[in-house]
Amino acid sequence: MRAKGGRDITMNRINAYRRFHPGTQPAYDFPFYASTAKRHPTQPLVIVPQTLSEITGPVFGTDDLKPTDNDLTRQHKGDPIGERIIVSGRVLDENGRPMPHTLVEVWQANAAGRYPHKNDTHNAPVDPNFSGAGRALTDAEGRYRFISIRPGEYPWRNHYNAWRPAHIHFSLFGQAFLTRMVTQMYFPGDPLLPYDPMYMSIPDEKARVRLISQFDWENTVPEHALAYRFDIVLRGREATPMDKSPGE
Amino acid sequence: MSLYASGSQTVGPYLHIGLTWLNTSKIAGPGVKGERVTIQGRLVDGDGAGVGDGLIEIWQANAEGRYAHPEDLQKKTLEIGFRGFGRIPTDAKGGFKFTTIKPGRVPGPDGQLQAPHLNVTVFMRGLLKQLSTRVYFPGDPANAQDPVLKLVPAVRRATLIPRRKAKGVLEWNIVLQGKDETAFFDF
Repeated sequence: MRAKGGRDITMNRINAYRRFHPGTQPAYDFPFYASTAKRHPTQPLVIVPQTLSEITGPVFGTDDLKPTDNDLTRQHKGDPIGERIIVSGRVLDENGRPMPHTLVEVWQANAAGRYPHKNDTHNAPVDPNFSGAGRALTDAEGRYRFISIRPGEYPWRNHYNAWRPAHIHFSLFGQAFLTRMVTQMYFPGDPLLPYDPMYMSIPDEKARVRLISQFDWENTVPEHALAYRFDIVLRGREATPMDKSPGE
Repeated sequence: MSLYASGSQTVGPYLHIGLTWLNTSKIAGPGVKGERVTIQGRLVDGDGAGVGDGLIEIWQANAEGRYAHPEDLQKKTLEIGFRGFGRIPTDAKGGFKFTTIKPGRVPGPDGQLQAPHLNVTVFMRGLLKQLSTRVYFPGDPANAQDPVLKLVPAVRRATLIPRRKAKGVLEWNIVLQGKDETAFFDF
């Protein structure tokens, strides 16, 4: 396809995404997290250009979701055990532009620190009223909101007396194959954070702290649920097109 | 405004809880044109053991080489209902299998066309940040000139090209370490 002036807009005008800022992303080989030993690439990654294949990605819509998908407390007949929480925030890119209508998937342990999964053998009760999975689409301003139960901490076998801090897994798509992001949200003041290989795998302290949600007084619902705010930032474009306003 | 991207974290061992709902191993429905292909293989770790808690995602164009995305401005037909996305968990032995259509050629850098390829993302417990790679198609003459494949060291290119196992069936393994370590990308 050719734009005015004969410039080929489908082939040559890749509006590229920035590379990650140093220190914000974990190394693949991270000995503190023992399972990385046999699961990290040993050869250098091959640096390749961003093409149409990388700057496009799957598009999801409201048809993919059910209305109760963002309320993890309403997926069974009874109420789950635990402290009800509201988790909300915005999905932005590195230019501060909201990421509208993007899919956000979450999963987490129940209040006792147990997952309803065949590989979870931790001796803590399963909650028949809590599956621990949800999803939402961000709105036009990039906002999402989940209602859930505060997840419990749980032991794992990475090292002696290893416990995962309370966390919620987040999976996001953004607008491109290369903006795909899976991360974890932590809770403020959790004493387990400095002992956690996952959390500590983010080299830069400022970047690490951004994985901790903030207590959110304004969204706390009196006599109902505490709220936490967690904003997620996906890769952004090198240059923000000037002819489009955010959210357009 | 300038922010730094959030840090990546592993999907962990219980990834299925949150991600299974979107499992898609038939990427192209009956109304989608193109040559049908089944791709199967294993995700294996540095000991050669299957990764039983992994997941791969596929992103691809249709047979005409058009992506179902608003930034693909090519004047090519796109079938309604074709998303071009696949999500396939590994089984207990690290095996995976999906069916799709061979995509067409999509534009690459400098106006060249790329060889037909699937874009692949790999997630698993023990992996702190996803890995990305591509699957090309064996015997396609366009492979020799593909602008991305050319950047992969020659001895490693074969790791992105499946073996033909039967008519319409390709075998492709994702190898994390060792002699046949899959070439992964950084873009």
